[in-house]
Amino acid sequence: MRVPLEFEKPILELETRIAELEKYAQESGVGLEGELSVLRERLKKLQDDTYGNLTRWQRVQLARTPGRPTTLDVLGGVFQDFFELCGDRTFSDDPAIVGGLAYLEGTPVVVCGQQKGRDTKENIQRNFGMPHPEGYRKAMRLMDLADRFRQPFIAFIDTPGAYPGISAEERGQAWVIAQSIQRMARLRVPAIAVILGEGGSGGALAIGVGNRVLILENAWYSVISPESCAAILWRDAKEAAKAAEALKLSAPDLLQLGIVDRVIPEPGGGAHRDPATTLANLKTALLETLAELKDLGPEELFEDRYRRFRGLGVYAE
Amino acid sequence: MALERLFRRRRAQGEVRDVPELWTRCPSCDAPIYKKDLEQNLYVCPKCSHHMRFPALRRIESLADAGTFEQTTRLKPADPLEFVDTEPYVKRLERYQKEAGRPDAIVGGRCLIGEVPSVLLVMDAAFAGGSMGSVVGEEIARGAELAAQENRSLVIVSASGGARMQEAALSLMQMAKTTLALDRLWARRLPYVSILTDPTTGGVTASFAAIADVIFAEPGALIGFAGPRVIKQTIRQDLPEGFQRSEFLLKHGMVDRVVDRRKLKEAVTRVLRQFVGGARAAGV
Ligand SMILES: [Zn+2]
Repeated sequence: MRVPLEFEKPILELETRIAELEKYAQESGVGLEGELSVLRERLKKLQDDTYGNLTRWQRVQLARTPGRPTTLDVLGGVFQDFFELCGDRTFSDDPAIVGGLAYLEGTPVVVCGQQKGRDTKENIQRNFGMPHPEGYRKAMRLMDLADRFRQPFIAFIDTPGAYPGISAEERGQAWVIAQSIQRMARLRVPAIAVILGEGGSGGALAIGVGNRVLILENAWYSVISPESCAAILWRDAKEAAKAAEALKLSAPDLLQLGIVDRVIPEPGGGAHRDPATTLANLKTALLETLAELKDLGPEELFEDRYRRFRGLGVYAE
Repeated sequence: MALERLFRRRRAQGEVRDVPELWTRCPSCDAPIYKKDLEQNLYVCPKCSHHMRFPALRRIESLADAGTFEQTTRLKPADPLEFVDTEPYVKRLERYQKEAGRPDAIVGGRCLIGEVPSVLLVMDAAFAGGSMGSVVGEEIARGAELAAQENRSLVIVSASGGARMQEAALSLMQMAKTTLALDRLWARRLPYVSILTDPTTGGVTASFAAIADVIFAEPGALIGFAGPRVIKQTIRQDLPEGFQRSEFLLKHGMVDRVVDRRKLKEAVTRVLRQFVGGARAAGV
């Protein structure tokens, strides 16, 4: 059982109390409908107040909550017949990025995304979703396949960032991220990126150069994590909540800035409370986005992506 | 050298200002250097060849043919997020602008390099650590597009701690924007040479700086994706000697050559001339 987030606790406690009362009422036959309806009313108000006014830092915490759909959950739940392909053909296979072939309502597509573990053991095996250079080389291989066989490329972003370690630096972490950005930008097929949870910096952007970029309601995407930003600017990682506010890293912020094109709604309380509904919303968004792009030719798709990213930035002449 | 002895003696006596204003000391070998000599030597220590930080305008003088540079960069930063940490971003910008004497961390324009028509862009690490926000990203994209339009080669000298935090996700997007803009050069077969200087890390290394036709690095420069401090925190052990320095990157195949600043113009010219000839032959 996962540890609830601080702001979820009053809601979870009230839910437990209601469930207990319901059980008691049923078993004992005592009529508690009056009390129950008061409690349910109170629960609804509490949920609306909490979930309707999430701070950016609370959203960051939701984005990291265990039980939230990961890339493999999406590939299994939204697509049909996901068929994994492995390896970068140069060095090794990086478990922090998964990808392969799949169908989306019958349309053949090539998919890829960062994969966090769903428990501690898997998290260690997947390096907490922090890819090494070989992961990005695998992603580029998949982009090559998408181009060659004229199939849409769909990427799922969920990483605290590319791995900052000796081995990664030795093998050119910066170089492969730059190459992956360039490779994805050059795709002549529809490209969609979806930020599922954490969109940490260049390690996220490396597979984020879509014609359209979608984001789940409580996911975050920025140039640095709130903790690292706080450690540098406030000289104290504990000021992460302040940093999260300043960075304006939430889905509604990013939509306003034009960095994402569409926010995919999550069920009340976050994706982890109802993964099935989350995946259904995600599927709808993907199908609609693919339909928007289906009439564009190869060069138009490239130019569309060029224009999209060329226009981002705010400055004075 | 008599002067060295003089300095040593003075220091031994605990004098506070042990180097007169016309003199400075090499941070690497501690040799006293006459500042005029240092400037003439392109801020490279005449004794041990340690490469010190090179002011952006002097860098341009050292690469562009005399009298040919015409500045095109002119954009000013904005504060789209109204970012405030311990100090508002706008206040920081005012201070950086006053200190550096330019609106943001980049300066560049048209010039000839070894008689080859070029666009030369130089990042300024003295401005906010050379960080890349919307202005740096846009100037680089415009520089690449200008080169493509006017059939010029592109030379970018990087010096940057990475993306600028105060523009958050907008800074991140500059990595994609600059990378995309380079495609215009690619399409016209125009050469792009990237020069990595101390320091080049983060979002700059991981975008336009790493995908050039030819990459040079100055000796001893810190170059990488993550900063050494972050890596140390992550792996909780000391980093090997010379880690993330130019020579390390050469060994690992990430740069073409490590080039002494005093030979850089010669090396850049060598590459540009061969490729520009190639472009003409291909009828572009
Ligand atoms: Zn020296």
